[in-house]
Amino acid sequence: MLYRTAGQFKTSYQADQALFPVRQDAVLLGVVLLFAWVIFPLTASEFAFQTLLIPILIYSLAALGLNLLTGYAGQLSLGTAAFMGVGAYACYKLVTLMPWLNPVVAILFSGAFSAGVGVAFGIPSLRIKGFYLAIATLAAQFFLVWLFEKWGWLYNYNASGAIQVPNLEMFGVYVAGPQASSVVQYFVVLAVVTLMTLVCINLTRGNLGRSWKATRDMDIAAELIGINLMRSKLTAFAVSSYVVGVAGALFVFMWRGAAEPNLFDIPLSFRILFIAIIGGLGSILGNYLGAILIVGLPVLLNTLPEALGLPISSATVEHLNIMIVGSLIVFFLIIEPHGLARLWALIREKLIIWPFPH
Amino acid sequence: MKDTQGYVTADGRQIGGVLMELRNITLRFGGVVAIKDISFDIREGEIRAIIGPNGAGKSSMLNIISGFYTPSEGELWYKGAKRPPMKPYEVARMGVARTFQNIALFEGMSVLDNVMTGRLTHMKAGIASQALWWGKARDEEIANREVVEKVIDFLEIQAIRKTPVGRLPYGLKKRVELARALAADPSVLLLDEPMAGMNVEEKEDMSRFILDVNDEFGTTIVLIEHDMGVVMDLSDRVVVMDYGKKIGDGPPEEVRSNQDVIDAYLGVAH
Repeated sequence: MLYRTAGQFKTSYQADQALFPVRQDAVLLGVVLLFAWVIFPLTASEFAFQTLLIPILIYSLAALGLNLLTGYAGQLSLGTAAFMGVGAYACYKLVTLMPWLNPVVAILFSGAFSAGVGVAFGIPSLRIKGFYLAIATLAAQFFLVWLFEKWGWLYNYNASGAIQVPNLEMFGVYVAGPQASSVVQYFVVLAVVTLMTLVCINLTRGNLGRSWKATRDMDIAAELIGINLMRSKLTAFAVSSYVVGVAGALFVFMWRGAAEPNLFDIPLSFRILFIAIIGGLGSILGNYLGAILIVGLPVLLNTLPEALGLPISSATVEHLNIMIVGSLIVFFLIIEPHGLARLWALIREKLIIWPFPH
Repeated sequence: MKDTQGYVTADGRQIGGVLMELRNITLRFGGVVAIKDISFDIREGEIRAIIGPNGAGKSSMLNIISGFYTPSEGELWYKGAKRPPMKPYEVARMGVARTFQNIALFEGMSVLDNVMTGRLTHMKAGIASQALWWGKARDEEIANREVVEKVIDFLEIQAIRKTPVGRLPYGLKKRVELARALAADPSVLLLDEPMAGMNVEEKEDMSRFILDVNDEFGTTIVLIEHDMGVVMDLSDRVVVMDYGKKIGDGPPEEVRSNQDVIDAYLGVAH
């Protein structure tokens, strides 16, 4: 009843191509943004910031980057974590070489390095696809993590071999490092994620997005109607790696505070791939839903026994956690292989015609 | 080019000069000769059919024209100039559009997006403009949407414009594919078996659309089709191929009475 498109007439193509042609969607998004920008910062605890809000946003962004490549352009990649690492290490080098640089600018710029590396490792995609390409990106994963470990210049020859985020100031407020407050970091992350999401939505609904999707769906036909496959694939690698690199910089600078090379190892790649798949490949919204599930569920499962007063040891909780999350992933993939975003799309379709399904 | 005068068809349409000419085209795959020394021309505004039994090399011929195969020997002249070997996407940008024998739509996209993809060669906005959906990118989206809507109207697929292509029945998919090719505003439209697997009604619809396209936009059409009735009705001139060789070329009536063609289709007594 509430979700109805009847009576919303479009009189121009511009209106039909608006970001949210359905009024209710715009209202819903407004509510979400209100929560994200106003209500959460006012009410959330330190614990909520550090275990839920900030990581969900960062993981969403990383999954969004991967989704551009895998979900939109159809190029399977297992090297996401390594590209996040490139962003993080580039950001570290930028802020230590140029301490005067605005941290947010440094974060946004560090994605460019990741984009460059992504394009280089995307070159095999011109000849191979599917699982074989996944193996090629796996090479990037192993090589880059090895590089983070062996190339001392990257971590300024620290004895520990790890990178430590220094205190970084912006407009007189600490935004990164040990002295930064969670609220400030949350706002920085939220601003970057909001901006990136908007850019990604625009890219995917425009000409570039159509050429990616065409490449994904039927590459031969795409080439025969005038798409330069090389350009289409490499731009997908570039844009995707850029977003993933920015997510990596945020991951270390706005959340973890420090990073060792093995942080960017393959489990992180898989985690982000799970988020993208469970959320829904080829969708923007899905990345957020997937991240909420993958990041939020363990937190919920950890706090639930305590809240219910159940005497379960923390080790058992940890094991239960893995079992439940794992089976839920399987469950979601069985009931909706196209992810949570498709589930939402189906609900929407049903709501529009409810209560008369014909 | 021998003459640029053209000719007048039986139904009174004026056909222009030579738009594309294939000279002594040979195509080999290893030791297999798929096409052997074939020459023919395509004139502006005509409907040119390529027919022949299965495996005659018709689709290979179309693939050569659209740049998917590079001929082993021979030259292809297009709009008065010899075409160097080029990639299929470059050929598409020179105004050659095509449909496929097996539907090759982008299944994950809506009808509208599929047809919009056909306009891709006409859109030039940079990545920054697209990222912000502002300025040139937005203007282009709207301007090209208008063109696409005209094509959608023309092919009578308004009702399904926002439907994902994967959900459409076969006949409509074929029509959407034609729409995607037409959206590119091509000089030459290559149709690879546009009526394969259709019932009589759908074939009639498709024939009407092909004639309308040719009539309204003056698009030159190269057509591969197995339904002889359709070919004889639609086309102005027919090339007949068999085992990679050209065995006939001319107006439908002439081809129909050609002994080689009859032999190829009906077989010869031994």
